[in-house]
Amino acid sequence: MTTEQTAQATTSRPERSVPKPQFTDAEAGAQEFPDSSASARRYNYYKPAKRKQTHYEDVTVDVQPDPRHYLSQGWIYGFANGEAGYPLNWTKLKAWGVDEPEPVRGIGSGGGGKDLVWPAHGWHEFRDPNEEWEMTFYRYNANVVRQTTQNIENARQAKSFEQWTPNWVHFVERNVGAWMHIEHILGLYVFAAINRSCPTNMHNTAMVVNSMHKIRFAQDLALYNLTLSEEIESFDGSAHVDAWNNDPEWQGVRKVVEALTAVDNDWGEMAFATNVVFEPLLGELFRSNLVMQAAAGNGDFVTPTVIGAGEFDYSQRDLRWTHACFGPLTEDREFAEYNKEIMQGWLAKWVPMCIEAARTMQPLWSQADNKPPRFEDSLDRAKSRFAGIVAELGLETPKELSL
Amino acid sequence: MSRQSLAKAHQKIQELSWEPQYHEPYMKYGTDYTFRKASKKDPLKQVLRSYFPMQEEKDHRVYGASDGAIRGNMFRQVQERWLEWQKLFLSIIPLPEVSAARSMPMLFNVVPNPELHNGQAIQMIDEVRHSTIQQNLKRLYMNNYIDPAGFNNSLRNFHSDYCGTIGRQFAEGFITGDAITAASIYLTIVAETAFTNTLFVAMPAEAAANGDYLLPTVFHSVQSDESRHISNGYATLLMALSDEDNRQLLERDLRYAWWNNHRVVDAAIGTFIEYGTKDRRKDRESYAEMWRRWIYDDYYRSYLIPLEKYGLVIPHDLIEESWKQIWEKGYVHEVAQFFATGWLANYWRIDAMTDEDFEWFEYKYPGWYDKYGAWWENYSRLATPNGHNPIVFEDVDYVYPSRCWTCMVPCLVREDMVMAEVDGVHRTYCHEVCRWTDVEAFRPTYQGRETPNMGRLVGKREWETIYHGWNWADVVEDMGFVRDDGKTMTAQPHLDLNPKKMWTLDHMRRCPPLQSPNVIVNEMDDAGRAAYLADYNRQGPAGRPAPASA
Repeated sequence: MTTEQTAQATTSRPERSVPKPQFTDAEAGAQEFPDSSASARRYNYYKPAKRKQTHYEDVTVDVQPDPRHYLSQGWIYGFANGEAGYPLNWTKLKAWGVDEPEPVRGIGSGGGGKDLVWPAHGWHEFRDPNEEWEMTFYRYNANVVRQTTQNIENARQAKSFEQWTPNWVHFVERNVGAWMHIEHILGLYVFAAINRSCPTNMHNTAMVVNSMHKIRFAQDLALYNLTLSEEIESFDGSAHVDAWNNDPEWQGVRKVVEALTAVDNDWGEMAFATNVVFEPLLGELFRSNLVMQAAAGNGDFVTPTVIGAGEFDYSQRDLRWTHACFGPLTEDREFAEYNKEIMQGWLAKWVPMCIEAARTMQPLWSQADNKPPRFEDSLDRAKSRFAGIVAELGLETPKELSL
Repeated sequence: MSRQSLAKAHQKIQELSWEPQYHEPYMKYGTDYTFRKASKKDPLKQVLRSYFPMQEEKDHRVYGASDGAIRGNMFRQVQERWLEWQKLFLSIIPLPEVSAARSMPMLFNVVPNPELHNGQAIQMIDEVRHSTIQQNLKRLYMNNYIDPAGFNNSLRNFHSDYCGTIGRQFAEGFITGDAITAASIYLTIVAETAFTNTLFVAMPAEAAANGDYLLPTVFHSVQSDESRHISNGYATLLMALSDEDNRQLLERDLRYAWWNNHRVVDAAIGTFIEYGTKDRRKDRESYAEMWRRWIYDDYYRSYLIPLEKYGLVIPHDLIEESWKQIWEKGYVHEVAQFFATGWLANYWRIDAMTDEDFEWFEYKYPGWYDKYGAWWENYSRLATPNGHNPIVFEDVDYVYPSRCWTCMVPCLVREDMVMAEVDGVHRTYCHEVCRWTDVEAFRPTYQGRETPNMGRLVGKREWETIYHGWNWADVVEDMGFVRDDGKTMTAQPHLDLNPKKMWTLDHMRRCPPLQSPNVIVNEMDDAGRAAYLADYNRQGPAGRPAPASA
């Protein structure tokens, strides 16, 4: 094709069919009219917990309706037993206002939301102090998995696994390996499970975040286990399954973990028993007071970084929302004493199970070549930590703690 | 992701599968499905070590685009006609998303496949992502678009408005009743696999054509998660098909889910795409053309029909009927006309159609002008207050419709309306399939079979009925659809923001009271109701009264 032909072809090319951008001047401030001011540019259907609305509140509060608010036509789908939406009696705990009747709507009743005082009950006052929403939890968890991967990769390249003492290899393959099952079960069958049951969108967002911490931590441990199988000749990557299924040291903890998934229709008890009782008395006992104390002496600087990431999830994130969720209920303006009684009952039920399970774990403290602090000292630290959590919630330390 | 391959890593995390030894998990949610013979099907492989960084990267792109849109003054090019409809869409969609998150654990107990539980847990996380990223998009619109009214009181509006209630089917339907019906068939097999194509792909394309590239940015990012969810649904469906006892329930649930999705999604998204756009290029696809491509070809022919060989009974008749509703019976046009008729009950502004729009509609839907043209001309004529009332009270050859008790969209294709007496109340339905859904499907027995886990359709499902007899100013005030001067309405039947052109509560005060057709029907005797039904079936198209008898 000659230059002239090319030029002709170019000029004769048909116009492409594409949308034509137009100047519309539809940006904020272009005109003045009712609702055009800066003060109209905020979500005005909810009251913030503090003076100013937060980004977290804007993306979570009131997404899920409540018939005591503006839900003019009520719930539109029900279960076969007549329950609908997010019944407030799916936990025995009560927040102020829950016993007040829902507005009755019918022919000519109107929406019934205009003059309702809001929040209609105390559950709506819960805010996650971690202010988690999608932007925050992806950044947080992506950072954790990146750092964990880098730590393990660095250890692999430095051949640091060769420094491990023989019994420590055995300890990690069986016991650190067994712990992955616990995180997995709690993540999926406690926190993900109660994500359906809890009463507000702020609650279920916190449950989802707690759940994903656990599931991620379980998978971190599993993939760490896989790396160790590839790097340490004597490391048995399947031993954790045998330990979890058969080692007597793990059966007490397993009973408690499975019992946590089997709580009879009470999301509050599942979350409370897990984060207030199980985690300090068994979770931190194993993670902080055994693995992280024992590892360095046995030549292992890597496992504490993997375990530490999960420990940070609990101690710095999940425990915080737990405090914010359950603490106000013990000072509730209507049900404080009732809630304390319920929670004390849960402590009396779960603490002895956890203490018994902790004692069945005691032989683990003797398995490494270089021993960690004594079991009793570790347990005392766990009990002390637990007592502090309970006191901060406004509850009494249960007598069962001395078992 | 580390040097470990995804397949290897995925295989490794299967070692986490749990067989209870001491206590079984509490079974809170039930199903009438059984999985006795089900072989376990693998969902899409995904491990969190790669998932979180991948999602974070997707977020970076979304939020980077958001910053770019603001810095580049995107809102100087956004069509108001388009963005007004986002006040409705973005008030609805965050709840279905987070409800999908809440529905996932309902499947843990009933689907005996631990590997699938991992996939469902990741879907749960995705859905929280979708809900909050969409709330954030709406916040950005509120802060930067010329008219924040409707965005700023979005969730109050959603909970008060009949459109919001229709949308809530796409939320409560995921989390209530039989766990498989709700969280698998209705949510993943039909809503996500079929209709997210129009929701999250077709609609964002139209947004871009109207100067809004943030909706595509956010929703294409959302849609990129859907393949995981589709995979979850497919694996569950194949497991369910393994047990022949499930086939009757699968047939029931596919019919219900398909029809409800058609009624709800096609009503809303069809209206947004056809009546919310300013892009009238003749070669751009109409909603009907998009539907044919995304739903009929990609879903029905490529996804559903191949499942017939596994014993799935496909609702061929309903798929053809849905197409007929869109192509022959003008379903989307009837819905858009109803939205505009009832503009005063909503919280966004609806632009009138112009000659350019008429030409496009006539080109895409031959015969459109004869049916709808005169009514839209009247809409333009009556758009600004000038001594007359809103169009719904004026004589424009339009009969206000009855409300469908099941899908809650009004009975707009008049010839299809049917009635039934249930629990002593006469209910109207937009179509026989909606009657079947209420009277036969959502019941404790189905075709003689006990279905104790099936959900119930409850609530005050006819919006007009709760305001029956009210003055319209009080209705609008009760719903809260009023601007910050205390009298100008949030909704307007035009896009002119000159306060002198805007309707106020004072204009509403002088209107006749709101009358619920469904209350009136129940006040009639049997003969009156029969005559009402016969007359109703002769009405239309475009809501026209029944022709006088010869």
